[in-house]
Amino acid sequence: MTSDSWPLWEVFVRSRRGLSHTHAGSLHAPDAEMALRNARDLYTRRSEGVSIWVVPSTAITASSPDEKDPFFEPAADKPYRHPTFYEIPEGVKHL
Amino acid sequence: MTGTTDTRAAAAALALGDDALVLSHRLGEWAGSAPVLEEEVALANIALDLLGQARVLLSLVGDEDELAYLREERAFRNSQLVEQPNGDFAHTIARQLYFSTYQRLLYGQLASGDGPFAGLAAKAVKEVAYHQDHAEHWTLRLGDGTAESHQRMQRACDALWRYTGELFQPVDGLDLDLPGLETAWLDSVTAVLGRATLTVPSGPRTGAWSAGAGRQGLHTESFGRMLAEMQHLHRSHPGATW
Amino acid sequence: MTAVTAGTAGTTGAPGVSDTAAAAEQAAYEAVFDAAVAADERIEPRDWMPEAYRASLVRQIAQHAHSEIIGMQPEANWITRAPSLRRKAILMAKVQDEAGHGLYLYSAAETLGTSRDELLDKLHSGRQKYSSIFNYPTLTWADVGAIGWLVDGAAITNQVPLCRCSYGPYARAMVRVCKEESFHQRQGYEALLALSNGTEAQHAMAQDAVDRWWWPSLMMFGPPDDESTHTAQAMAWKIKRHSNDELRQRFVDIAVPQAEALGLTLPDPDIRWNEERGHYDFGPIDWAEFWDVLKGNGPCNDQRLSKRRQAHEDGAWVREAAAAYAEKHTGKHGEAQA
Repeated sequence: MTSDSWPLWEVFVRSRRGLSHTHAGSLHAPDAEMALRNARDLYTRRSEGVSIWVVPSTAITASSPDEKDPFFEPAADKPYRHPTFYEIPEGVKHL
Repeated sequence: MTGTTDTRAAAAALALGDDALVLSHRLGEWAGSAPVLEEEVALANIALDLLGQARVLLSLVGDEDELAYLREERAFRNSQLVEQPNGDFAHTIARQLYFSTYQRLLYGQLASGDGPFAGLAAKAVKEVAYHQDHAEHWTLRLGDGTAESHQRMQRACDALWRYTGELFQPVDGLDLDLPGLETAWLDSVTAVLGRATLTVPSGPRTGAWSAGAGRQGLHTESFGRMLAEMQHLHRSHPGATW
Repeated sequence: MTAVTAGTAGTTGAPGVSDTAAAAEQAAYEAVFDAAVAADERIEPRDWMPEAYRASLVRQIAQHAHSEIIGMQPEANWITRAPSLRRKAILMAKVQDEAGHGLYLYSAAETLGTSRDELLDKLHSGRQKYSSIFNYPTLTWADVGAIGWLVDGAAITNQVPLCRCSYGPYARAMVRVCKEESFHQRQGYEALLALSNGTEAQHAMAQDAVDRWWWPSLMMFGPPDDESTHTAQAMAWKIKRHSNDELRQRFVDIAVPQAEALGLTLPDPDIRWNEERGHYDFGPIDWAEFWDVLKGNGPCNDQRLSKRRQAHEDGAWVREAAAAYAEKHTGKHGEAQA
């Protein structure tokens, strides 16, 4: 292999215990081990994280904005999934 | 330690501090010239860790800036390995591999003891572990990468080999298990070079034909120029504050 | 192209669809895009966007990224000569941040379907620009302070509104950049203050640096509004939030009192408070110099670009080695196989 270009990786950082990993950005690295180290140096150099995931960008399958309606609208008409849907008599606590 | 009480501890702090100061300076020379942007960030992280260590150590001895900027070359106590010029990326990585392996083992010993450096070493050993990890990962990739990178990395390992014996000479003021340090260092470096398909250099590490004596203030020619650059501005304005 | 990068939805009509149907579809997409921009919503990578919007963003983000990495050079020039260990640590961290900011911005540009290699190639061949300010030399230590105070100050004035830019990845990158850059300007100001209050020679060094960096800093906001080719469209798309002249005035208004507090003067006899406008007036900018530097005739254009090219070329064997190693030792998805 004579190419000197490295694949793109997406970086996810857990900022502190108890929180999910969130997308921080991306970077280039030749392999996963180096991607992890580059991510540590780049995205946590001000102590922004306690744990990192790196994922090859090509391994991510994303929903298409075109599919937005079939994907996300059905959820919008199910308000009974949300607690504010329910009326509770005044004074009832711990619900 | 109050800074002036223990001359033995001061001598040791100077040796350890100068190692960190000088290597940090060399790594700082890479800024803007690293092989890839991600590596700019990595090298700067290591340089900043080392500069932080140097400042703590030199401050144990006296004023950090007076020590860094106003000493003559013969008063510096760093090993000759760390002052070697950056060369190509392979030389920088070989220097990192040799030194960070040594520094990690050294700080490991200091951290587990009850000497004046135990606390400092316990913090620094974590930073240094990362430096070693960085150096090992690159050693593998350069050694076992392309034919060109293999050749460059082998050349770099060979060229710097003669500066590694000095690391196991006694350091004024430190009680170390030097044979243990050297054995562990050799084991570690040999294993990494082997995995990187590199040959452990066969040249001398001690004796008349090897280098050394940085700890006694004898340095190599390029070090004088490095200091000239580092010190000139500070020295041009005596007594100024920055 | 990868799944998470540029979307091309709507840009290619399905085969068999008539031209009118395609045009109607196109119009529908455009309406959705326009509505999103109008409602101050963010455009995200896979959304449909006008090709001109995409091209304009790539141009601006790339220029921004290039500026960060070329901008490392004038300051790195003083890392090895920093006059105290404290200043040295600060400067190293700052130059490191610039590499990091370049990385964030290249990442943002890559979400639009342009690879970093392509962008670097365009930089190296001179087909894409970087901020002209970095074509001026750093001649003394005080220049490091002046860059922090004036150049970073101007950059921040430009960048803060970009945190609300209509393109999501660019806006997010700018939020991170602005947060990290807050120390850059302060350290520069502090360094200049130390010089201004220092020895006579130090004070003179600081004044000289400010004299040299003031006008180029004002030029950083770009040509006057009536000569700026990109401004109107960029503002309509909310890529840009304020005009060049607005931002330049904002910067002058902030900098004048800061200069007074430093005990340094600005090299413009026309600066005075205008009660009526509620702003500081300032003298005419030498736009001939601006265009000349932009064309490549600045003091350091060649030097900066050749150093960048050299670093890239010198690093090729390293990047190739790591790629070759990865090929030998990793599985399809990049996990290491010891």
